[in-house]
Amino acid sequence: MADIDQTRRKALQQGASLSLLTLLSAAGWLAPGIAGAETWNKSAFDAHSMDETMKALNGSSPAPSKDVTFVATPDIAENGAVVPISVVSALPKTESIAILIEKNPNMLAAVFDIPQGTDPSITTRVKMAQTSNVYALVKADGKFYVASKEIKVTLGGCGG
Amino acid sequence: MPDPMKIRANQLGDATEVKVLMSHEMETGQRKDSQGKVIPAWFIQHVDVTCAGKTVLSAQWGTAVSKNPFLSFKFKGGQKGDKIVITWTDNRGEKRTDEATIA
Repeated sequence: MADIDQTRRKALQQGASLSLLTLLSAAGWLAPGIAGAETWNKSAFDAHSMDETMKALNGSSPAPSKDVTFVATPDIAENGAVVPISVVSALPKTESIAILIEKNPNMLAAVFDIPQGTDPSITTRVKMAQTSNVYALVKADGKFYVASKEIKVTLGGCGG
Repeated sequence: MPDPMKIRANQLGDATEVKVLMSHEMETGQRKDSQGKVIPAWFIQHVDVTCAGKTVLSAQWGTAVSKNPFLSFKFKGGQKGDKIVITWTDNRGEKRTDEATIA
């Protein structure tokens, strides 16, 4: 009886870890070049908090890093609909850069995959609902790092 | 059919600088029209950039990327005359592919 129970437990465990793996690769974060995959990481983009987002990205809580910096990013954005953001990572083996906005309805704005040979620096424009902290989340050599910057918004980018 | 992207790719020393301006509404799904009905979300979800067939950047976007998105980055390994191909896909499944050569 004990034997059977043991096997059953093992089988269940294996089953569980297998399905977890499948889920993770379905979420697209496991394989390199994730963003190019057809699966859009819905759970990450639907997340409302840093913890939820990190969970959806299959990462632990990120370590603050001075090697991740914002350049050419304003302290005050006059128009929340168009806020220029530039993120540069000086971390070796940077694999991806994500931009998160704390007080937006959904935190995650964009994830960029950086293949080898591409500079770990990205410039784009995002919408901000209100004055908020903006996070630059960098995955380098399998670990997550973060830097933040407060951007004041005088005119919100949503509704209006 | 969506409007074409404006792509500029310039060789600066050993790096290639790519600047793209896409034409897309990037509707958040948070706004309401004059009748108070929610305007459904409509936004680019995937962006892929290749140079001479090799992926140099891929991205997943949410609704927080601005209307008519702008993107700029640099990569190494490109040469003058190489072809840059950029494709985006939005949440309605619509696609747009445009190309430019490195100048």
